[in-house]
Amino acid sequence: MPANDGRDLQRPSPDALLTQAQGEQRGRLKIFLGAAPGVGKTYEMLSVSRRKLREGVDVVVGVVETHGRIETETQLDGLEVIPRRQEIHQGRTLLEMDLDAILKRHPQLVLVDELAHTNTPGSRHPKRYQDVQELCAAGIDVYTTLNIQHVASLNDVVASITRVRVRETVPDSILEQADEIELIDLTPDDLMQRLREGKVYHGEAAERALAHYFTPSNITALRELALRRTAQRVDAQLRQQRRVQGIDEVWAASERVLVCINESPGAESLVRYAKRVADRLGATWTAVYLETERSRQLSESQRDTVAQTLRLAEHLGADTLTLPGERIADDVLRICREHNITQVIVSKSRRPRWFEWLHGSVVDELVRKSGNITVQVLGESNNAAERSAASATGDSTRPSINWGKPGDYLATAFWVALATLVGIAIDRTAGMANVSLIILPAVVFSATRYGLMPSLFGAIMSSLCYNYFMLPPLYTFTIGDPDNVLAFFAFIAVAFLISHLTARTRVQAQFAREQARTTAELLNFSRRLAGLRKIDELMELTATQVAQMLRVEAVLLTPVDGRLKLRASMPTIASLDEADLAAATWCLEKNRPTGRGSDTLPGARRLFLPLHNGNNGLAVIGVRHSDDEGRLEPDKRRLLDALSDLVVIAFERIRLARDVDQAKMLAETEKLRTALLTSISHDLRTPLASILGSITSLRSYSNLYDATTREELLATAQEETERMSRFVNNLLDMTRLDSGALAPRLEACDLHDLVGSALNRTKKLVAQHKISVHIPQDMPMLMLDFMLMEQVLVNLIDNAAKYAAPNTTIEVAAQMHRYALALEVRDQGPGIPEEDVLRIFDPFFRVKQADSKTAGTGLGLAVCRGFIQAMGGRISASNRRDSNGAVFTIEFPSRIVAKTLAPTETAA
Amino acid sequence: MTLGTGRILVVDDEPAIRRLLRTTLQAHDYEIVEANSAATALSMQRESNPDAIILDLGLPDRDGLQVIAEIRAVSAVPILILSSRDDERGKVAALDAGADDYITKPFGAEELLARIRTALRHRLQQQGSRPLYECDGLVVDLVRRIVTLDGLELRLSPKEYALLEQLVLHAGKVLTHKHLQKAAWPADADMDIQYLRIYIRQLRGKIERTPEQPTLLMTEPGVGYRLKGA
Repeated sequence: MPANDGRDLQRPSPDALLTQAQGEQRGRLKIFLGAAPGVGKTYEMLSVSRRKLREGVDVVVGVVETHGRIETETQLDGLEVIPRRQEIHQGRTLLEMDLDAILKRHPQLVLVDELAHTNTPGSRHPKRYQDVQELCAAGIDVYTTLNIQHVASLNDVVASITRVRVRETVPDSILEQADEIELIDLTPDDLMQRLREGKVYHGEAAERALAHYFTPSNITALRELALRRTAQRVDAQLRQQRRVQGIDEVWAASERVLVCINESPGAESLVRYAKRVADRLGATWTAVYLETERSRQLSESQRDTVAQTLRLAEHLGADTLTLPGERIADDVLRICREHNITQVIVSKSRRPRWFEWLHGSVVDELVRKSGNITVQVLGESNNAAERSAASATGDSTRPSINWGKPGDYLATAFWVALATLVGIAIDRTAGMANVSLIILPAVVFSATRYGLMPSLFGAIMSSLCYNYFMLPPLYTFTIGDPDNVLAFFAFIAVAFLISHLTARTRVQAQFAREQARTTAELLNFSRRLAGLRKIDELMELTATQVAQMLRVEAVLLTPVDGRLKLRASMPTIASLDEADLAAATWCLEKNRPTGRGSDTLPGARRLFLPLHNGNNGLAVIGVRHSDDEGRLEPDKRRLLDALSDLVVIAFERIRLARDVDQAKMLAETEKLRTALLTSISHDLRTPLASILGSITSLRSYSNLYDATTREELLATAQEETERMSRFVNNLLDMTRLDSGALAPRLEACDLHDLVGSALNRTKKLVAQHKISVHIPQDMPMLMLDFMLMEQVLVNLIDNAAKYAAPNTTIEVAAQMHRYALALEVRDQGPGIPEEDVLRIFDPFFRVKQADSKTAGTGLGLAVCRGFIQAMGGRISASNRRDSNGAVFTIEFPSRIVAKTLAPTETAA
Repeated sequence: MTLGTGRILVVDDEPAIRRLLRTTLQAHDYEIVEANSAATALSMQRESNPDAIILDLGLPDRDGLQVIAEIRAVSAVPILILSSRDDERGKVAALDAGADDYITKPFGAEELLARIRTALRHRLQQQGSRPLYECDGLVVDLVRRIVTLDGLELRLSPKEYALLEQLVLHAGKVLTHKHLQKAAWPADADMDIQYLRIYIRQLRGKIERTPEQPTLLMTEPGVGYRLKGA
């Protein structure tokens, strides 16, 4: 091994340093841990805080319960107390810690008593330790108190010692997050002395407590637990210290623990045990639930148990997996190999002996095949109360049996009867033996059609029929021949086996069909997603799909300017209430499931899940059962996750496509701008060059030129100036169009007047052309902007004059059709090349001229199109059919015809 | 062509425009007084008593319309507005405020001189009007109320005649739509512009040889109409 490798190993691990650095930015958490109430945690916390206060630390009291203990109350003097928030719950007024007030006050240190406290429903977090986590996250140091019996993984142990199960627990992870744990220790004798003196509870309560909870053995056991937990914690701190300083790990290989959970009520104990094992080993651990065909048959409460157990495991710091499986032992071992698991924890089977004898034991198989993996098989939870509580919840703990419909039994009876009749007929006519086989297909048939119970019924019935009709003596249920006894029992066995196997195949087939349907639907969904171009469509489709596949009400929200906005809902709703909106916002901000059935804001009506692409929260999806109760089942939850993944991908794709479009558009704009600059510089410089050239030569060499030359130079200057003027006008018009500042002023216009005015303005340009105007005398007044329309006509006539040779005719013709006005400007020029017909109205597009004489500005027609469109019409270009030349057609809908006024002379 | 004479006040803040106007007009024997701001213009107007004023609407120190109003308060001197192409509303507002005519920048020398002559003549007419209009074969006798084209008498409706009378009285000068409407329909000033357009079309049909390409009764887009000066 090279020498520098040794140095590398000594270097602190980056992860460890990062963890420590994060700890430094966060507020520090100190827990005053006690074995039992009354040991003086709150007192100690307060006296430490007073010391801090004297040292100049900004300390406030978030919440402190003195329980009327005088010693403790005196310690509160001189400390700033944040007033508690009043919550009214079920008619009672409760005082809760005001989390927002503390966050706003932002002290250096806040005291929060009783970490395991459960908040009033409707608070932001269900548990106080979550409030504390938020305070720490906000950079506030927190002092808090905790009794050992509230630690989640010790819950079972404490319950078994004291026979009192504590409902309020905190996850073990919070103990690990604590920067400091101070154990408040008191010998059992001293504690009992305090109790007797009434320093902990008063009067009767004290006596009851002494009699039931605070027995010397209980206190000793709890004290041991607290000491051990603290020692474990010290150990962990030491290890962290070693890691940060780069001291090599003491243990060899890292351990990994896997716990397999099932739907039994003992699963929670199993998970807690696994947590303790993992902690002892300093190992990471995983909880897995394998979904087999049996999972389909579980009752709702059993599914809930599985989901709860998985949540508990997560809560205790495990990774959780839910995987589909077939043969449990093989699947577990496969997971072990994939995750480098060193220890597997499973619970003992509760199945009867014969069942294992028939189906084989998972545990046995696991042990046999496990190789170098340690398998721990746990005894069943001996907590009888737990089991009875579970069975008392109403639902059967056994898999529910599908009894089938009465009709199924009737049908089965029919088929068996039919088969029996056929059998009898064959028996009587052909005299063949062993016609029993004729009856069996009826059992198979009913098993495939109607499921297990009707087919078992069929099996019983068919064996009776067989006995009655076919085994001598006939028409009795007795059997004469001993040979037939054997045949009869063989028949029964076969009938039952077949019905069982077939029914099982049927269940599997159904399961597979459902899976296939789900897969097909997901595939179909992803296909439809691929076709979407707009976020709005995506939102609509997702809401519909989620609602349909999960049979829930779905809403989708996206952040708009920092606030969540309802984008789609199925069925349609107008808005969300405050509580739901708050939950959705929280969900997006923290990227965590929020709302009903989750840890945060469970008072909301919906469960909200974030759609997150790894960097940003994209959207929030909210679901709710239409009957307004029940949480989302694990399989639906997984389906929702699958859908969410698809939606996130689609979301990203659409955003990416939009970005690309924008980039393309920017590039186009850039190109246009370059073209504009080139064109403008050309169109301005060329006339300027002529003008300046003409004028300078006139000024400098006037005496050299004769009158004709002088006149020519002057004419050039004038013409070029006029040309430039027209270009500037078009440029200004174009700018007005582009900036959107163009608001047409529509008023009644006389088309004769318009054309006349335009011809007047273009008089000089068309001096060498013939002009022909065809406008019907009865042409009505038209609602147009006179200025804009005149400019359009001027540009079109100018354009015609430019391209058509002198002495040809330029025609202006108008015609009023039933639904539209058509105005045409026709010339006898070379026409428009076919490929340019559509592009001719684009800004800076010019049709190339062979001899490149008076090239257009490339703006005139663009201005025409802009103005015509602004007035509600359209313009197109084509080539004439009747002769050479181009024709420009302007069309307006007939609604531009001005309302006819009363007879003219009487209007006065 | 008779050269005009008189004193003209040129008000513009652009030295190049003032120089162009000065050289062009001086060459036609006009006397030129210059001002580069509204304040100077007003004092010059009092001191030099010009026969006509050429006023740029975009002065740095005051709104052009206000200048017109202040001049009109003390004098009936003809005012010609210099304005830009896209400012039809500004032109109409200035005409309504009392300006006599306008010239759109950029302009040619011929057009400028024609406008000035019309303005000056208009001033003379105010002192002693000429009741007879003759132009391109069209003769309008305002005293006898007879209109003839190439010697043939035209039959005009009362409204047509009322409009033509106004145009003849101000021949060569632009008349706003509002002005014409007020003259033909004194009782109903806010009436639809459509009536005016219909009557102008009818009038053109009678007095123009080629009504689709008029030569006498010209349209001033966005502003009004102008009858060719005699």
